Amino acid sequence: MIRYQLLEELVPVLQGQLVVCNIGSPSQELYALLDQPSNFYMLGTMGLCSSIGFGLALAQDKTVIAIDGDGSVLTNLATLSTIGNNRADNFILLIVDNGSYGSTGDQPTYAGDRTSLAKVAEACGCGNVVEVAASMTADALRSAIAAGEQTVIVAKCESGNVDVPVIELDPIVIAERFAAAVREPVSR
Amino acid sequence: MPTQTDQEIIDSLIANKIRFVTSVPCKQLSGVIELVERTDSLLHVPCNKEDEGMGLCAGAYLGGMQPCIIMQNTALGVVVNSLATLIQFYHFPLPMLISYRGEPGEKVACQVEMALHTKAILNQLHIPYYHFSEPAQVNRLSSILAHAQMSRKPVAILADAAFWSSAQ
Ligand SMILES: [Mg+2]
Repeated sequence: MIRYQLLEELVPVLQGQLVVCNIGSPSQELYALLDQPSNFYMLGTMGLCSSIGFGLALAQDKTVIAIDGDGSVLTNLATLSTIGNNRADNFILLIVDNGSYGSTGDQPTYAGDRTSLAKVAEACGCGNVVEVAASMTADALRSAIAAGEQTVIVAKCESGNVDVPVIELDPIVIAERFAAAVREPVSR
Repeated sequence: MPTQTDQEIIDSLIANKIRFVTSVPCKQLSGVIELVERTDSLLHVPCNKEDEGMGLCAGAYLGGMQPCIIMQNTALGVVVNSLATLIQFYHFPLPMLISYRGEPGEKVACQVEMALHTKAILNQLHIPYYHFSEPAQVNRLSSILAHAQMSRKPVAILADAAFWSSAQ
């Protein structure tokens, strides 16, 4: 299963949730599958998805799902220790680990070799770290949302991208509609 | 030990409804950081590197908290991409309270190297900066913070050794 198929299975779970999505293919694929105001698409800035999601979780009460990648987590690995030492029980970090830099042509990452991001997250003090097969990701995410506890999910999938268009939304539009979705009162 | 100037900095943050502060330490900033940590209305989340800090600030802002980052000028060598493609591209306000090392009074020669590039980097990014070299200038801080929030842009407060060493 590649990332696009994994995201496809997540669509019903992500609906209505605050989602911060990683730069490049992940955001473009999510945009093609489920565009909603509560998605924050990163159009640049490799590595900061987890940090943006975590800052958002600390600042307000709604559940935040950060969809990061193995390559970009490696870029900003130390943020796992910030996450592990400042608990926010409304924060879920989903690392889609396909062992490659997908957006740049599937060059291998060290996470696909000897580095275990789940073990790194645990060693950084993160609680509730689970490593799951791609096909189990939607279930793991559902459970994490229901548990209401800070969770890190490392979803192992195959490398590969599908052909989807780039995001043409203006960054200020993305930010404005996202901030409005954050402010919206919870109706559940 | 925090000085009266450190306290005035905190008062300016609070007066401008800043709620989220991230920091990477510098000797000159120790008093301010100590007060940030102690102040209940400020959520202090230390970061490991300043680009990570800018990610945290962006998220906090989207979550409804006005942010501030406290760092050293050497960090400008780290954050150019984050400033351009995140803070400026998405139009986020970000006051940067910067310990400006490497100006006269500096004891560590290496600090002078990044001091040489500090204002040049800020100029290149079209980020306004305000150079504080005496404690009385802290009375401008509040309006600078308000300016960053109004314009939704990054601004830099460069507080040098003379500023910190003569603070009471
Ligand atoms: Mg990857």
